[in-house]
Amino acid sequence: MKATVLVRPKQGILDPQGDAVQHSLHKLGFDVSTARVGRVIDLELEAPGVDEARATIERMCAELLANPLIESVEIQVDGS
Amino acid sequence: MSSRPVVAVVTFPGSNDDRDAAWALGAVGAEPALVWHEEPELPAGTGAVVLPGGFSYGDYLRTGAIASLAPAMTAVRRFAASGGPVLGICNGFQILCEARLLPGVLRPNRQLEFVCRDIRVRVENAETLFTRRCSADQELVIPVKHGEGAWYADEAILVQLVARGQVVLRYGEDVNGSLGSVAGVINEAGNVMGLMPHPEHAVDPLLGSADGGLLLAALVDAAAAHTLVPA
Repeated sequence: MKATVLVRPKQGILDPQGDAVQHSLHKLGFDVSTARVGRVIDLELEAPGVDEARATIERMCAELLANPLIESVEIQVDGS
Repeated sequence: MSSRPVVAVVTFPGSNDDRDAAWALGAVGAEPALVWHEEPELPAGTGAVVLPGGFSYGDYLRTGAIASLAPAMTAVRRFAASGGPVLGICNGFQILCEARLLPGVLRPNRQLEFVCRDIRVRVENAETLFTRRCSADQELVIPVKHGEGAWYADEAILVQLVARGQVVLRYGEDVNGSLGSVAGVINEAGNVMGLMPHPEHAVDPLLGSADGGLLLAALVDAAAAHTLVPA
Protein backbone atom coordinates (compact mmCIF):
# COMPACT_ATOMS: atom_id res chain seq x y z
CA MET A 1 0.00 0.00 0.00
CA LYS A 2 1.24 3.50 -0.79
CA ALA A 3 0.81 6.49 1.44
CA THR A 4 2.07 10.04 1.69
CA VAL A 5 2.71 12.05 4.82
CA LEU A 6 2.77 15.83 4.49
CA VAL A 7 4.60 17.51 7.37
CA ARG A 8 4.18 21.25 7.71
CA PRO A 9 5.40 23.87 10.16
CA LYS A 10 2.39 24.54 12.40
CA GLN A 11 0.48 27.75 11.89
CA GLY A 12 2.07 30.59 13.82
CA ILE A 13 5.44 28.86 14.01
CA LEU A 14 8.23 30.98 12.57
CA ASP A 15 9.52 29.35 9.38
CA PRO A 16 12.80 31.06 8.41
CA GLN A 17 13.26 28.70 5.46
CA GLY A 18 9.85 29.63 4.09
CA ASP A 19 10.65 33.33 4.59
CA ALA A 20 13.89 32.93 2.63
CA VAL A 21 12.02 31.19 -0.20
CA GLN A 22 9.38 33.93 -0.23
CA HIS A 23 12.08 36.65 -0.38
CA SER A 24 13.83 34.89 -3.24
CA LEU A 25 10.59 34.47 -5.18
CA HIS A 26 10.01 38.17 -4.64
CA LYS A 27 13.45 38.96 -6.10
CA LEU A 28 12.52 36.94 -9.18
CA GLY A 29 9.48 39.16 -9.61
CA PHE A 30 6.82 36.79 -8.29
CA ASP A 31 4.18 38.40 -6.15
CA VAL A 32 4.13 35.85 -3.32
CA SER A 33 3.11 37.02 0.13
CA THR A 34 3.79 33.80 2.04
CA ALA A 35 5.83 30.64 1.54
CA ARG A 36 6.01 27.81 4.06
CA VAL A 37 8.37 24.90 3.60
CA GLY A 38 7.45 21.44 4.84
CA ARG A 39 8.35 17.87 4.01
CA VAL A 40 6.83 15.06 1.95
CA ILE A 41 7.38 11.45 3.02
CA ASP A 42 6.25 8.77 0.58
CA LEU A 43 5.76 5.37 2.18
CA GLU A 44 5.13 1.87 0.92
CA LEU A 45 3.87 -0.48 3.60
CA GLU A 46 1.99 -3.69 4.19
CA ALA A 47 -1.41 -3.26 5.82
CA PRO A 48 -4.71 -5.19 5.69
CA GLY A 49 -6.66 -2.04 4.85
CA VAL A 50 -6.68 1.73 4.58
CA ASP A 51 -7.79 2.27 8.18
CA GLU A 52 -5.06 0.02 9.57
CA ALA A 53 -2.46 1.74 7.38
CA ARG A 54 -3.63 5.12 8.62
CA ALA A 55 -3.45 4.02 12.25
CA THR A 56 0.06 2.67 11.75
CA ILE A 57 1.20 5.86 10.04
CA GLU A 58 -0.26 7.95 12.85
CA ARG A 59 2.00 6.02 15.22
CA MET A 60 4.97 6.59 12.90
CA CYS A 61 4.25 10.32 13.00
CA ALA A 62 4.04 10.36 16.79
CA GLU A 63 7.23 8.36 17.23
CA LEU A 64 9.46 9.80 14.49
CA LEU A 65 8.11 11.51 11.41
CA ALA A 66 6.93 14.76 13.00
CA ASN A 67 7.47 16.77 16.16
CA PRO A 68 3.99 17.76 17.38
CA LEU A 69 5.41 20.84 19.14
CA ILE A 70 6.13 22.53 15.84
CA GLU A 71 4.70 20.44 13.01
CA SER A 72 1.30 19.36 11.75
CA VAL A 73 0.76 16.25 9.64
CA GLU A 74 -1.62 15.25 6.89
CA ILE A 75 -1.79 11.57 5.98
CA GLN A 76 -2.94 10.45 2.55
CA VAL A 77 -3.42 6.71 2.03
CA ASP A 78 -3.74 5.43 -1.52
CA GLY A 79 -6.80 3.18 -1.28
CA SER A 80 -6.54 1.59 -4.71
CA MET B 1 42.24 1.61 38.74
CA SER B 2 41.75 5.29 38.25
CA SER B 3 39.93 7.17 40.97
CA ARG B 4 38.66 9.66 38.41
CA PRO B 5 34.90 9.45 37.79
CA VAL B 6 33.98 7.89 34.46
CA VAL B 7 32.07 10.19 32.11
CA ALA B 8 30.70 8.44 29.04
CA VAL B 9 30.69 10.45 25.79
CA VAL B 10 28.36 8.95 23.17
CA THR B 11 29.55 9.11 19.56
CA PHE B 12 26.83 9.06 16.89
CA PRO B 13 27.51 8.91 13.15
CA GLY B 14 28.16 12.59 12.43
CA SER B 15 29.19 13.61 15.93
CA ASN B 16 32.26 15.83 15.66
CA ASP B 17 32.85 17.20 19.15
CA ASP B 18 33.06 13.85 20.91
CA ARG B 19 36.85 13.86 21.14
CA ASP B 20 36.97 17.54 22.14
CA ALA B 21 34.45 16.78 24.88
CA ALA B 22 36.50 13.79 26.05
CA TRP B 23 39.68 15.90 26.10
CA ALA B 24 38.00 18.73 28.03
CA LEU B 25 36.45 16.31 30.54
CA GLY B 26 39.89 14.82 31.09
CA ALA B 27 41.27 18.32 31.66
CA VAL B 28 38.76 18.91 34.49
CA GLY B 29 39.37 15.62 36.26
CA ALA B 30 37.19 12.97 34.59
CA GLU B 31 38.06 9.64 33.03
CA PRO B 32 36.32 10.02 29.68
CA ALA B 33 34.99 6.92 27.92
CA LEU B 34 33.88 7.14 24.29
CA VAL B 35 30.78 5.01 23.66
CA TRP B 36 29.65 4.08 20.13
CA HIS B 37 25.95 4.74 19.53
CA GLU B 38 25.22 1.07 18.83
CA GLU B 39 26.35 0.02 22.31
CA PRO B 40 23.34 -1.15 24.31
CA GLU B 41 25.07 -0.47 27.65
CA LEU B 42 27.13 2.31 29.20
CA PRO B 43 30.57 1.38 30.58
CA ALA B 44 30.52 -0.11 34.09
CA GLY B 45 30.87 2.58 36.73
CA THR B 46 29.66 5.42 34.49
CA GLY B 47 29.05 8.45 36.70
CA ALA B 48 27.76 10.87 34.05
CA VAL B 49 26.97 11.01 30.33
CA VAL B 50 27.75 13.68 27.75
CA LEU B 51 25.97 13.78 24.39
CA PRO B 52 28.38 15.80 22.24
CA GLY B 53 27.95 18.30 19.44
CA GLY B 54 27.96 17.54 15.75
CA PHE B 55 25.52 16.67 13.01
CA SER B 56 24.30 13.18 13.86
CA TYR B 57 22.81 11.46 10.81
CA GLY B 58 23.46 14.62 8.80
CA ASP B 59 20.57 16.33 10.62
CA TYR B 60 18.20 14.22 8.49
CA LEU B 61 14.47 14.59 9.21
CA ARG B 62 14.96 16.91 12.22
CA THR B 63 18.17 17.60 14.13
CA GLY B 64 18.66 14.88 16.73
CA ALA B 65 15.54 12.92 15.74
CA ILE B 66 17.26 9.82 14.36
CA ALA B 67 19.99 9.77 17.00
CA SER B 68 17.36 9.88 19.76
CA LEU B 69 16.42 6.31 18.75
CA ALA B 70 19.97 4.85 18.89
CA PRO B 71 20.55 1.79 21.12
CA ALA B 72 22.91 3.81 23.34
CA MET B 73 20.02 6.22 23.97
CA THR B 74 18.03 3.41 25.59
CA ALA B 75 20.92 3.03 28.02
CA VAL B 76 21.07 6.82 28.50
CA ARG B 77 17.32 6.90 29.27
CA ARG B 78 17.78 4.21 31.91
CA PHE B 79 20.77 6.06 33.34
CA ALA B 80 18.81 9.33 33.46
CA ALA B 81 15.80 7.59 35.04
CA SER B 82 18.07 6.33 37.81
CA GLY B 83 19.13 9.91 38.55
CA GLY B 84 22.40 9.85 36.60
CA PRO B 85 23.61 13.25 35.37
CA VAL B 86 23.33 13.74 31.59
CA LEU B 87 24.60 16.80 29.70
CA GLY B 88 23.71 17.42 26.05
CA ILE B 89 25.82 19.95 24.18
CA CYS B 90 24.49 21.50 20.94
CA ASN B 91 23.50 18.44 18.86
CA GLY B 92 23.35 16.59 22.19
CA PHE B 93 20.78 19.16 23.38
CA GLN B 94 18.80 18.62 20.17
CA ILE B 95 18.91 14.84 20.75
CA LEU B 96 17.69 15.18 24.36
CA CYS B 97 14.76 17.33 23.20
CA GLU B 98 13.83 14.85 20.47
CA ALA B 99 14.13 12.04 23.03
CA ARG B 100 11.63 14.02 25.15
CA LEU B 101 14.11 13.97 28.01
CA LEU B 102 14.09 17.78 27.87
CA PRO B 103 11.25 20.19 27.08
CA GLY B 104 11.05 22.07 23.81
CA VAL B 105 12.80 21.70 20.49
CA LEU B 106 15.66 23.41 18.62
CA ARG B 107 14.69 25.12 15.37
CA PRO B 108 16.65 26.79 12.55
CA ASN B 109 18.23 30.08 13.59
CA ARG B 110 15.89 32.97 12.90
CA GLN B 111 18.52 34.72 10.75
CA LEU B 112 19.04 31.48 8.74
CA GLU B 113 22.77 31.85 9.20
CA PHE B 114 25.17 29.50 10.91
CA VAL B 115 26.45 31.34 13.96
CA CYS B 116 29.98 30.62 15.15
CA ARG B 117 31.48 32.93 17.76
CA ASP B 118 32.10 33.53 21.45
CA ILE B 119 28.90 34.68 23.13
CA ARG B 120 27.87 35.75 26.61
CA VAL B 121 25.48 33.51 28.55
CA ARG B 122 23.98 34.36 31.94
CA VAL B 123 23.55 31.77 34.68
CA GLU B 124 19.87 32.00 35.65
CA ASN B 125 20.00 29.16 38.15
CA ALA B 126 23.27 28.46 39.96
CA GLU B 127 21.75 25.74 42.15
CA THR B 128 21.74 22.94 39.57
CA LEU B 129 24.12 19.97 39.39
CA PHE B 130 25.68 21.59 36.34
CA THR B 131 26.02 25.20 37.52
CA ARG B 132 27.01 24.75 41.15
CA ARG B 133 30.48 26.09 40.43
CA CYS B 134 28.98 29.30 39.02
CA SER B 135 27.42 32.18 40.92
CA ALA B 136 23.88 33.43 40.33
CA ASP B 137 23.70 35.85 37.38
CA GLN B 138 27.31 35.13 36.49
CA GLU B 139 28.06 35.88 32.87
CA LEU B 140 30.04 33.19 31.07
CA VAL B 141 31.84 33.53 27.74
CA ILE B 142 31.43 30.32 25.76
CA PRO B 143 31.42 29.79 21.98
CA VAL B 144 28.40 28.68 19.98
CA LYS B 145 28.48 27.11 16.51
CA HIS B 146 25.12 26.04 15.18
CA GLY B 147 22.56 26.55 12.46
CA GLU B 148 19.61 25.23 14.44
CA GLY B 149 19.79 26.62 17.94
CA ALA B 150 16.57 28.56 18.35
CA TRP B 151 14.91 26.85 21.30
CA TYR B 152 11.14 26.81 21.09
CA ALA B 153 8.25 25.66 23.26
CA ASP B 154 4.73 26.89 23.92
CA GLU B 155 4.70 30.15 25.93
CA ALA B 156 2.88 28.35 28.75
CA ILE B 157 5.67 25.80 28.98
CA LEU B 158 8.30 28.54 29.10
CA VAL B 159 6.44 30.29 31.93
CA GLN B 160 6.31 27.01 33.85
CA LEU B 161 10.00 26.29 33.24
CA VAL B 162 11.03 29.76 34.42
CA ALA B 163 8.89 29.38 37.56
CA ARG B 164 10.60 26.07 38.37
CA GLY B 165 14.11 27.35 37.67
CA GLN B 166 14.49 25.03 34.68
CA VAL B 167 15.78 27.79 32.43
CA VAL B 168 19.41 27.52 33.53
CA LEU B 169 21.20 29.66 30.93
CA ARG B 170 20.08 32.60 28.83
CA TYR B 171 21.94 34.36 26.05
CA GLY B 172 23.28 37.76 27.01
CA GLU B 173 22.86 38.90 23.41
CA ASP B 174 20.70 38.06 20.38
CA VAL B 175 22.16 34.86 18.96
CA ASN B 176 19.51 32.87 17.09
CA GLY B 177 15.97 33.99 17.94
CA SER B 178 15.65 31.50 20.80
CA LEU B 179 12.37 31.92 22.69
CA GLY B 180 13.06 33.84 25.91
CA SER B 181 16.76 33.89 24.93
CA VAL B 182 16.95 30.35 26.33
CA ALA B 183 20.44 28.89 25.92
CA GLY B 184 20.13 25.94 28.30
CA VAL B 185 17.35 24.05 30.10
CA ILE B 186 17.21 21.30 32.70
CA ASN B 187 14.61 18.62 33.33
CA GLU B 188 12.26 18.78 36.31
CA ALA B 189 14.24 16.14 38.23
CA GLY B 190 17.37 18.27 37.82
CA ASN B 191 19.72 15.64 36.38
CA VAL B 192 19.41 16.15 32.60
CA MET B 193 20.54 19.41 31.03
CA GLY B 194 21.06 20.63 27.49
CA LEU B 195 22.73 23.77 26.18
CA MET B 196 23.66 25.15 22.78
CA PRO B 197 26.99 26.79 23.76
CA HIS B 198 30.06 24.52 23.78
CA PRO B 199 31.69 24.39 27.22
CA GLU B 200 34.22 21.86 25.92
CA HIS B 201 35.66 24.59 23.67
CA ALA B 202 36.16 26.94 26.62
CA VAL B 203 38.33 25.14 29.17
CA ASP B 204 41.62 26.95 28.57
CA PRO B 205 42.28 30.72 28.70
CA LEU B 206 44.61 30.25 25.72
CA LEU B 207 41.47 29.70 23.61
CA GLY B 208 39.81 32.85 24.92
CA SER B 209 37.87 31.58 27.92
CA ALA B 210 37.91 28.88 30.56
CA ASP B 211 34.29 29.50 31.62
CA GLY B 212 33.06 26.26 30.08
CA GLY B 213 35.29 24.43 32.53
CA LEU B 214 33.01 25.57 35.36
CA LEU B 215 30.09 23.61 33.87
CA LEU B 216 32.15 20.54 32.99
CA ALA B 217 33.89 20.46 36.39
CA ALA B 218 30.48 20.61 38.07
CA LEU B 219 29.42 17.67 35.89
CA VAL B 220 32.51 15.75 37.02
CA ASP B 221 31.61 16.55 40.68
CA ALA B 222 28.13 15.16 39.98
CA ALA B 223 29.62 12.10 38.29
CA ALA B 224 31.77 11.40 41.35
CA ALA B 225 28.73 11.75 43.62
CA HIS B 226 26.59 9.50 41.40
CA THR B 227 29.30 6.83 41.27
CA LEU B 228 29.15 6.61 45.08
CA VAL B 229 25.41 5.87 44.97
CA PRO B 230 24.99 2.11 45.47
CA ALA B 231 23.37 0.54 42.43
